[in-house]
Amino acid sequence: MIGAPIAELGAALRAKRLSSVELTQRLLDRIARLNPVLNAFISVDPDRALADAKAADAAIAAGAAGPLTGIPVAHKDILATAAMRTTCGSRMLANYTSPYDAHVVEGLARAGTVLVGKTNMDEFAMGSSSETSHFGPVKNPWNLKYVPGGSSGGSAAAVAARLVPAGTGTDTGGSIRQPAALSGICGLKPTYGICSRYGLVAFASSLDQAGPFAQTAEDIALLLNAMAGHDARDSTSLDRPTEDYTRVLRRDGGARPLAGVTIGLPREYFGAGIDPDVARAIDAALAEFRALGARTVEITLPNARLSVPVYYVIAPAEASSNLSRFDGVRYGHRAAKYDDLTDMYGKSRAEGFGAEVKRRILVGTYVLSHGYYDAYYLKAQQVRHLIADDFRHAYRTCDVIVGPTAPTAAFPIGAKTDDPVQMYLNDIFTVAANLVGAPALSIPCGFDRNGLPIGLQIQGDYFAEAKMLDVAHRFQQATDWHGKRPALAEDID
Amino acid sequence: MKWETVIGLETHAQLSTASKIFSGAATAFGAAPNTQASAVDIALPGVLPVLNRGAVERAIRFGLAVGATINRRSVFARKNYFYPDLPKGYQISQFEIPVVQGGTLTIATAQGEKTVRLTRAHLEEDAGKSLHEDFHGMTGIDLNRAGTPLLEIVSEPDMRSAAEAVAYAKTLHALVKWIGICDGNMQEGSFRCDANVSVRPAGETKLGTRCEIKNLNSFRFLEQAIEFEVRRQIELIEDGGKVVQETRLYDPDKHQTRSMRSKEDAQDYRYFPDPDLPPLSIDDAWIDRVKSGLPELPEAMKARFESQYGLPAYDARTLTSSRELAAYFEATAAAIPGEAKMAANWVLGELSAALNKVERDICDAPVSSVQLAGLLRRIQDGTISGKIAKDVFDAIWAGEATGDNAADTIIAKKGLKQISDSGAIEKIVDEVIAANPAIVAEFRAGKEKAFNSLVGKAMAASRGKANPAQVNSILKLKLGA
Repeated sequence: MIGAPIAELGAALRAKRLSSVELTQRLLDRIARLNPVLNAFISVDPDRALADAKAADAAIAAGAAGPLTGIPVAHKDILATAAMRTTCGSRMLANYTSPYDAHVVEGLARAGTVLVGKTNMDEFAMGSSSETSHFGPVKNPWNLKYVPGGSSGGSAAAVAARLVPAGTGTDTGGSIRQPAALSGICGLKPTYGICSRYGLVAFASSLDQAGPFAQTAEDIALLLNAMAGHDARDSTSLDRPTEDYTRVLRRDGGARPLAGVTIGLPREYFGAGIDPDVARAIDAALAEFRALGARTVEITLPNARLSVPVYYVIAPAEASSNLSRFDGVRYGHRAAKYDDLTDMYGKSRAEGFGAEVKRRILVGTYVLSHGYYDAYYLKAQQVRHLIADDFRHAYRTCDVIVGPTAPTAAFPIGAKTDDPVQMYLNDIFTVAANLVGAPALSIPCGFDRNGLPIGLQIQGDYFAEAKMLDVAHRFQQATDWHGKRPALAEDID
Repeated sequence: MKWETVIGLETHAQLSTASKIFSGAATAFGAAPNTQASAVDIALPGVLPVLNRGAVERAIRFGLAVGATINRRSVFARKNYFYPDLPKGYQISQFEIPVVQGGTLTIATAQGEKTVRLTRAHLEEDAGKSLHEDFHGMTGIDLNRAGTPLLEIVSEPDMRSAAEAVAYAKTLHALVKWIGICDGNMQEGSFRCDANVSVRPAGETKLGTRCEIKNLNSFRFLEQAIEFEVRRQIELIEDGGKVVQETRLYDPDKHQTRSMRSKEDAQDYRYFPDPDLPPLSIDDAWIDRVKSGLPELPEAMKARFESQYGLPAYDARTLTSSRELAAYFEATAAAIPGEAKMAANWVLGELSAALNKVERDICDAPVSSVQLAGLLRRIQDGTISGKIAKDVFDAIWAGEATGDNAADTIIAKKGLKQISDSGAIEKIVDEVIAANPAIVAEFRAGKEKAFNSLVGKAMAASRGKANPAQVNSILKLKLGA
């Protein structure tokens, strides 16, 4: 039972067939056993988790339980928590504890979840494999020699290995969806501004968005209900009426629940460069969508091919500025020995940041420099508008856009660490949603020849989360890809 | 060769909001270090800026007061550089599109009124402070000031002398206080200027190479620094050298400016729009609301003082140098209709001199406008002479009487009422003539000055209370002059 989705666990908790303390303890035991292998967590606080669980059980006993009360959750270590350190996977913040909780952490705490720990990640969310962490690489639960995807690989691996039923991530160019795909679970990047960025340590402010990981679309909806909402502390947080993302999932869809839904298939997402196993799995999923009543139409996103280069101008530009605060002056790593101020900055940052972070700071500094700004940053922003126009145009003819989340399933640890461009190309299908600010979801849809999971991406127009989750939910009611577990999670009852 | 000086000023006015421009921390001056620095001000990981609308409102006020364009959409940008008292590693400012664009300021110069054009005014945050004393080879950082709202007001290079630059700075200083957007406290750094100075041969239209003198926090330093810099540049060029574009600092102890950094060392600030802050949009309704809350502006009030009270331009300008002074004058003038010029003379003369002597502000004047008007009324109705009035004024100032009728109280108590009884004056005059035959003889011998001496003696005999005009005419009569 402890490996079940949130919806089932919640029902069992509220029916008192299971206590949150029992659930939490058993998951903590699993974490103690498996984390040394997976390296999914940077921090785990069993005492605190059990205290949360006890409070949740009391709430359940008092009849004050919500759908998430007593559900254990793991937060990506880039979301500020007062309870335990927030390292961002970096030596720079290895000993940093925030005095406050991020908005999404607060939201999930308010909903009664149990905070068990903070998950490993690419340093400052810069990466697609969770290998750049100061705390070592995260392993893919399906094959420990493979990466789980990144940057939110720790949360993805933890949920995939059934160490926790729920996790949070942040997605700047695919950092929720790509690890969800490579780890065989669901992950959602909401519309920019749906989840407050307050307490999300900024990588690229105009692209960053927090979102949930879980086994099912239904669970994603439950988590999003607690994470979304206006927050005056974030000037880019959207002030709009709250939405119940589970409502549409409860409607009786009949035999053809997706009748009336038009799925757009971008010509550009089905070309060369896609692993044949991935292509096959997506095709099979599309057949399933049609069987459920959906219509598919070919669409075109002519500027989408520019997404990766545009992204790798804008994201490093913002990062170079956002990471300036890590200067060793007020908190974070400071070199032990230095001659003067400049030397202190240089040594502290040289020691505190890893290679990929430095690479992006350098790229970002370059593209914002006098004489280069117009050619790079400004041009990239202009192309960003063109890409947004493509999507706007596409949504005139379809409701959602479907394709692979990543061109391949997981790759072996170390396979791409020496070739940043190959690594960056992993984001080819995911970055557009961030550039545009639109929501996108990844769900499992099959396995490749190595038995590694394949992800299907469902993109939607702004605020189309409910519709996208509905499409995913109907698919999951008719299939069982989301129910498949890696071998190391098959033993749990 | 004759040289022309060209000066433009960049002024940082600290806006008088209770909290910071992007956080809720207080802006009060003088708190213990780092006690007014929130998570946002310290730039902890994950915090975000939230714009204080009060700062924007003050910028709008300023824009309206100088007749500038209020940009309906302006953009906050990041100015990136490393410094220990700059917590984020960037300053949030406005770069390409500022909130206020254009506008003018009218200043009084030796050659008459002059209009100085403003380039722009933009919102930005202040940095913290580095403290180099008391830390034994280390530097202390106080972030209380970090995030304090500033309006940077940039003028065109329209000033032609240090005196004009000071006149501009003083007028601007008076204006920001007048419209209530800045307390103007220069000791606390609430109002500070950077001066861009260049020289060129008289008649030349191309601008010379400029130097920027940073952080001048008094009008005196501003004047001295510019004067030194102008001399330095002229001497340099006349000696065959060239002015290098650079940033300089003024050392008030040595009375000189010295180089801080040259243009080659200038940092690339890598400005880009701050993705944490959506563009600032200001709608007409907001502007209208601010406009309706604006007080009468100094220029308009000056014009009104000239027409309504018949005051000379100089009086009107001086009286409108601060809202408090103008209000004091208007209250005084209203209490004694028809004598506005006398009221102006007293406010600008006796009262201002007394205040200056003890370095007090008009708000703390020991003589209220009602008390002053009461005093002037006694001059007007002939109860006392202007000379006695000054004594009465000093007595009120010293607190010898209180209340609205302080002047009357003192006149009565001290018996200062003017003697206008011609019988009494005649008696005094007779006595003076009798007691001073030599002077009388001098007068009769044609020495006009002797007459004044006799008037003085008569006034003295009355202890100043005799109506001087009457003394004059009676004495003339008696001497048969």
